[in-house]
Amino acid sequence: MIDKKIRVLVAKPGLDGHDRGAKVVARALRDSGMEVIYTGLHQTADMIVEAAIQEDVDVVGLSLLSGAHMTLFVDVAKLLKNKGLEDVLVIGGGIIPEEDIPKLKKEGISAVFGPGTPCEQIVDFINKNVKK
Amino acid sequence: MKDLAEKVHNGDPRAIARMITLSENNDPKAFDAMKKIHPHTGKAHIIGVTGVMGSGKSTLICELTRIFRRQGKTVGIIAIDPTSPFSGGALLGDRVRMMELAMDEGVFIRSMGTRGMLGGLTSAVYDVVEILDASGKDIVIVETVGVGQAEVDIIKIADTTLVVVVPGLGDSIQTLKAGVMEIADIYVVNKSDRSGVNQAVAEIESLVDITCADKDRKIPIIQTIANQKKGISELIEEIKLHKKYLTESNIFESQRRMRYQAELVEIIQKRLMNLIFDEERFKEKIDDLIDKINSKEIDPYTAADEILNSVIK
Amino acid sequence: MLKQEEDVNIKMDDQEIKKIKNVIKEWQENNYNKLIKNHPERKEKFENLSSNEIKNLYTPDDISDIDYLKDIGFPGQYPFLRGIHATMHRGRLWTMRQFAGFGSAEETNQRYKYLLDHGETGLSVAFDYPTLYGHDTDHPLARGEFGKCGVAISSLKDMEILFDGIPVDKVTTSMTINGPAAVVWGFYIGMAENRGISKKQIGGTIQNDILKEYIAQKSWIFPPEPSMRLIVDTFEYGSKYVPRWNTISISGYHIREAGSTAIQELAFTLGDGVEYVKWAMKRGLKIDEFAPRLSFFFNAHNDFFEEIAKYRAARRIWAKEMKKMGAKKDRSMLMRFHTQTAGCSLTAQQPEINIVRVALQGLAAVLGGTQSLHTNSMDEALALPSEKAVRIALRTQQIIAEESGVTNTVDPLGGSYYIEWLTDKMEEETYRYWDRVEKLGGVISAIEKGFYQREIAHASYKYQKEIDDKKRIFVGVNEYKLDEPVDIPILKMDEKGEERQIKRLKKLRKERNNQNVDKYLEKLRKAAEGDENMMPFIMNCVHSYATLSEICQVLRDVFGEYEEPAIY
Repeated sequence: MIDKKIRVLVAKPGLDGHDRGAKVVARALRDSGMEVIYTGLHQTADMIVEAAIQEDVDVVGLSLLSGAHMTLFVDVAKLLKNKGLEDVLVIGGGIIPEEDIPKLKKEGISAVFGPGTPCEQIVDFINKNVKK
Repeated sequence: MKDLAEKVHNGDPRAIARMITLSENNDPKAFDAMKKIHPHTGKAHIIGVTGVMGSGKSTLICELTRIFRRQGKTVGIIAIDPTSPFSGGALLGDRVRMMELAMDEGVFIRSMGTRGMLGGLTSAVYDVVEILDASGKDIVIVETVGVGQAEVDIIKIADTTLVVVVPGLGDSIQTLKAGVMEIADIYVVNKSDRSGVNQAVAEIESLVDITCADKDRKIPIIQTIANQKKGISELIEEIKLHKKYLTESNIFESQRRMRYQAELVEIIQKRLMNLIFDEERFKEKIDDLIDKINSKEIDPYTAADEILNSVIK
Repeated sequence: MLKQEEDVNIKMDDQEIKKIKNVIKEWQENNYNKLIKNHPERKEKFENLSSNEIKNLYTPDDISDIDYLKDIGFPGQYPFLRGIHATMHRGRLWTMRQFAGFGSAEETNQRYKYLLDHGETGLSVAFDYPTLYGHDTDHPLARGEFGKCGVAISSLKDMEILFDGIPVDKVTTSMTINGPAAVVWGFYIGMAENRGISKKQIGGTIQNDILKEYIAQKSWIFPPEPSMRLIVDTFEYGSKYVPRWNTISISGYHIREAGSTAIQELAFTLGDGVEYVKWAMKRGLKIDEFAPRLSFFFNAHNDFFEEIAKYRAARRIWAKEMKKMGAKKDRSMLMRFHTQTAGCSLTAQQPEINIVRVALQGLAAVLGGTQSLHTNSMDEALALPSEKAVRIALRTQQIIAEESGVTNTVDPLGGSYYIEWLTDKMEEETYRYWDRVEKLGGVISAIEKGFYQREIAHASYKYQKEIDDKKRIFVGVNEYKLDEPVDIPILKMDEKGEERQIKRLKKLRKERNNQNVDKYLEKLRKAAEGDENMMPFIMNCVHSYATLSEICQVLRDVFGEYEEPAIY
């Protein structure tokens, strides 16, 4: 029997040190049966994509509260595409104004989960949208 | 169009990662590739690292890797963390402790959950070791969980097993599962700047005296302070010496045979289970048998006989 | 005036206590229990945010152990439970100090003038991430981060622009900076000196609290030992040359934001404080010389009474500890603190209701006796505050100060059975945490072992689960939701700001005397490798217009960079 688990990379790009949300989401995903790899702080797009390749993840979750998401999220999404990882689901969270979300979606970030999002919602989204 | 096995042999990281996933998932797509890569295995030195949580295994592995890299060797690291028996999920937190190695092309790190396999060490680890070996890695390091059967199982996979202990970690030597201390090829006393180091070393020495009394190799005890990069070169020396000892004394051969035997058993078990529980023709039969066991119409052993007989047919 | 040692008890005697206990029991059985049989309470258990169970009623019985003179006392007198001055807000209102900063120095300078015009009474600087990590705007790691969460300050020149037209001899400035605090403080001092304002005249605070960075905020640079050395350098330099400056703001705000409970915030913060005092005394500094300039920074979260009890307990614990460590002056024992309302309690949904949250939280801080207050703006779960939003936040403070009447008397909640019981409880729990930290080998050892980080990760996960399971109601998020799109003005920053800043930096590096820069950087390196106080050497670098990156790189070379023990 094929025993497939959803593998998620939770990453903190850039200098932002606020990791409360990333860690809480990581635990919630673990509790829903996924395997979660946390990159730690201060990741560049290169480091995140390298980890995504080696860990063969299905999802990359980016957490950012410093306002640099338009640059850093897009960097990661672009690099994933360049390296042939278009099938990887990219989602983001943190402090992201509503008006930036459409732009992010155009660049390949499938969903943005802002403050107040119940963890259940993120789990459901991943289960529904991950490439089988 | 190169196929998966070829790409792995060429060292393509995406292919390596993808093949590991297929093996982990027990996906039949991997079986063919596994067959093809086997001839390319056997060159890597497999190092197992085990010890209680908090003994600094990840930091130690990070430092060992740095020196291996300086010596021009490529390294594959398998970091294993426990899968939650309740949710089936896992927090794989070892990679984050090896961030320094992040962008080194000559290092491949893969985090794995134990996925609740019987016997502790995920059965896929045999495959993953072969995959990394076939991809050309000179060294493959397997870091295990720190609780449970896994530490003892690692001896089946590794050529050289390191058991890591920390002084003052609440009698860490006693708390290690029975049998773990005996599988060591090298003892490492990490965080050796802590108080209690002399006592820890003395305890291990007396254990070594007993177990190595009639052997031709005395197990060395190396003191390290991994996060200060101390003692690492000495440890690498010992690892090298151990490999030499293995090849010269032919123990290498017999250990490898043991590993292949264990691997064979794993694969057979897996294939059998796949056969029995995947095939539609058996599903109904099994449900039916379980009902009968429940109502005491039949006992589990007879039920098993019935299933095995159908399979063998 | 009664002396504490005299045997006068303002406590109830055993007879009275017994009598009251009986009456309470009667009431509990005949009135309360009868009622809840048919009309149960809304919840099985009422818990505060530290998961302490709160009873239906508090009575004299709950504080029968308390001796008013010894345990509660008077404001302006040890143990300072009721307040650090006899008059508190009757004498002087708290400083209204709104944390602000974004984009380039010019933009933030405008915002400071706006805030001062609208009645704030102290300045507070927010720096962007590159600055917080000691990087210039054009450093490769600064990519995408310029000015996003604070103002970019890469040199003395930027600091001069930031405070252009602002009388720094008359208004005090607080700077939220930690890793490179000594250097940024240097920029501020340099800016004032270049205007002819002496070090003795300027007043303000640098956060400079590296321990909580390791625990919670995570904007560190160097490892613990050299960081502590730098901090004690600032204590020493400050007490000698910059007497009106608070060289540290020992913080709990960030620990709380990272997800800790109120008790953890209290215990971890004060524990850090004691650690700093120990290090300073190890250097040979006299406690009464530097302790008066230690200040604190707390969070004002949702549970109204718990927060008030927290501030009161903090004052008493600190006074006791300072006394234990040998302080003789009152000034060394009284705890001065700044408060900020809880950022993590704000919602992106229906943002206007954040105004209400902030009002309640701000009120708690005032009733708790804060010396200085920042009230969050309603839009901060979405972006940095717009002008309108920050103006409302400021008005909130002004309404509390002028209209609510709470400042008519000192410590109005003193004597409340609930408050005094809760204050005692929080002090008790704090000491319990300290025992655990002791057993782990002290504060720094506990940090390295990941103790604090684990406690915080655990508390924040628990909190999130309570919200997801609806055990805790979060208005607008898991209840009373609205499906309307959010419609409030979001702050826009000058898009040309980064370009301008980089141009300015390049120009600076060309036009300054680079020989001097190199000379002073080299002298700083030698000082760092030795054991001299580094501040005077930093000041020379600052005055030669060495940039933040250049100065911090010297220190990075000598001290290395900190890597955190990865705790999930």
